[in-house]
Amino acid sequence: MTLADARARAPHLSVAQADPDADERLMLRLAAFCEQFTPLVALDPPCGLILDATGCAHLFGGEAAMRACILQAMARLSFTGRAAVAGTPDATRALARFGQEGVTPPGEDEIFTRPLSIAALEAPKETSVALTRAGLTTLGDLADRSSAALTARFGDETMRRLTRILGREDARITPLRPLPECMVERRFAEPFLDLSAIENVLRPLIAEAMGILERRGEGGRAFEARFFRTDGAVAALNFETGAPSRNVEALLRLFRLKAESLADPLDPGFGFDVIRFCVLNAETLAQSQIGFERQDAQEGDVADLVDRLAARFGRERVLRFATHETHDPVRAASYVYAASPSKPNSWEKPEPGEPPLRPLFLFDPPQPIDTMAETPDGPPMHFKWRRVRHMIARAEGPERIAPEWWRNAVGRDRRTRDYYRLEDREGHRFWVFREGLYESETAAPRWFLHGLFA
Amino acid sequence: MTQPLASLRQSLACAYSAVPSETIALGAESLDRRLGGGILRAGLHEAYAETAADAPAATGFALALARRALAGAEKPLLWARPEALSAESGAPYPPGLADIGLDPAAVAFIRVRDAKEALQAGVEAGRCATVGATLIELFGEARAYDLTASRRLALAAATAGAPIFVARVGASPAPSAAASRWLVRAAPSRALAANAPGSAAFTIFLLRQRGGAAGQESHEWRVEWNRDRGAFEDRTFDASSLSGPVASLPVGGTPGEGASQRAGRKFG
Repeated sequence: MTLADARARAPHLSVAQADPDADERLMLRLAAFCEQFTPLVALDPPCGLILDATGCAHLFGGEAAMRACILQAMARLSFTGRAAVAGTPDATRALARFGQEGVTPPGEDEIFTRPLSIAALEAPKETSVALTRAGLTTLGDLADRSSAALTARFGDETMRRLTRILGREDARITPLRPLPECMVERRFAEPFLDLSAIENVLRPLIAEAMGILERRGEGGRAFEARFFRTDGAVAALNFETGAPSRNVEALLRLFRLKAESLADPLDPGFGFDVIRFCVLNAETLAQSQIGFERQDAQEGDVADLVDRLAARFGRERVLRFATHETHDPVRAASYVYAASPSKPNSWEKPEPGEPPLRPLFLFDPPQPIDTMAETPDGPPMHFKWRRVRHMIARAEGPERIAPEWWRNAVGRDRRTRDYYRLEDREGHRFWVFREGLYESETAAPRWFLHGLFA
Repeated sequence: MTQPLASLRQSLACAYSAVPSETIALGAESLDRRLGGGILRAGLHEAYAETAADAPAATGFALALARRALAGAEKPLLWARPEALSAESGAPYPPGLADIGLDPAAVAFIRVRDAKEALQAGVEAGRCATVGATLIELFGEARAYDLTASRRLALAAATAGAPIFVARVGASPAPSAAASRWLVRAAPSRALAANAPGSAAFTIFLLRQRGGAAGQESHEWRVEWNRDRGAFEDRTFDASSLSGPVASLPVGGTPGEGASQRAGRKFG
């Protein structure tokens, strides 16, 4: 029907542009909302959701009750839904869209799907037309034919769909989010509104999850607290620890830090229906007796601090220094997350009696400077950096650092650098280099300020 | 009654005098004498850079103090630094840290967005008893660093028993709860052979010391950081030494001795 036809029939029709992106976002939000029923939720385009209720239905008093519960929740959010429960995702989809809603008893998928019209195959139009012309109107009619002949005539895809809808072949859904290692939750008969008491709800939840992990001999590395609001919004707070942990109070503290650092504070709206705590990632953690080994406890303290700082500022901001085997002064040192596993310490100790040969601060990229030198290959007499002229009183160099020719072989040409340690008349100390060997590599070498000494 | 108490005090003082929980001596005799032994270990200390160009000197001075505080203890140094500073004076470079005597492996570094975050991280770290020293760098007239914030830091340092250093660039000294406050300027080093720059040298002014001798004028020292000893050393200057190579002889040594010591220096 064209829009003009529709308007002629219903003059008060309100019209909006189709927005598939917005529809998808809405479906994703509904999917998040449905995660309160089961952690395994997948999108079923264009407008469906598939929930894997295996092992969850009993929590709601059976499959029929769970189905009713979901429909009711959808109705509260002003969505009309059709829902079916069946053995395979495809059978469920076919029943919900083309058949009778309701619950299919286990093993009876075929009985329930046989009467469905061949439209349930959602095959291309020409296939449907061909099937109808052949007098095949229901899935049952198709199922009774020899599958080899049908495959030859209508292709693999149609036949695969048929066997799946009939429940002869099973296919698992791919959930939107991977299944957590461990998951505990509280459901509230009345929506939970009191944010100040949220830790009192979380503490026993975390303790319960930690109990599960402890029995497995594991500790959690990544965690998530999920808050399902009555109006369908879902808030999730994720945090991580540097080492596997089962410390309830430390995790609560991380949660608190994370909650404080939120741009929008946790808003209960009309209240939370379900609060869930998941351990997303767990690793082996030996059972330990706290308080026995002081050394461990101390290390734990710093690790704890790193976790707290990472929860507040983000782990890309809490760093330690890592060293690399190279003579390239820039590549020799890098920053890594403070709680990442460390190699044995291999920092070179400076030689006694030497002054500092490497600057305390390094510019990346090096800063271009204007220099004036007595000889083309000598140290500068003075240089200008940030519009200030520094008169050099002391200098040492050059320390020649050749490019690592085995690296960047194809990239831009890297030139030899002659490094000088300089000190100006006021006592500021600089690390500068001249890029390119005079005459052999370049006629006019450029100078850069690379670092500052204390 | 007072006699036993006094003797008890004395014996306690004897028993605990060796424990370095009271003060951190800087190593330079004239400084430590003036400070009454050193700076308070469980306290907040400020190092102001005199000009923007002295920023590395102020931070270097604070790092050297932290190195003194960490001596012997296997505890980490926590360093919070606003991002803006790395554009201004470069990013901390671990080999350079090793060159002033700190173990880069024992440094945790927090790259924060602004002064507020730097202070949050600093308080969090300062309260942690297993952190040996905390360094907070601030850039410009940071409004977040007010009396309350500094008192919070001082309190954290007092509870954890480890020093917190605040290095400031581009700010003028202001009242705070700091136990000591220093103004730091880079000083010409003692030249090595062939007029090469030597160890880090600083001109430092003591602007304030809590509980220090009252009514004294602020003091000025020239000190050099001796990495091998992990100590500051006094240096005497005369006015003419500021910009000439002539005066840059080793203190208490002949130029010849210095030259022969350094003669074998090489690069590689």
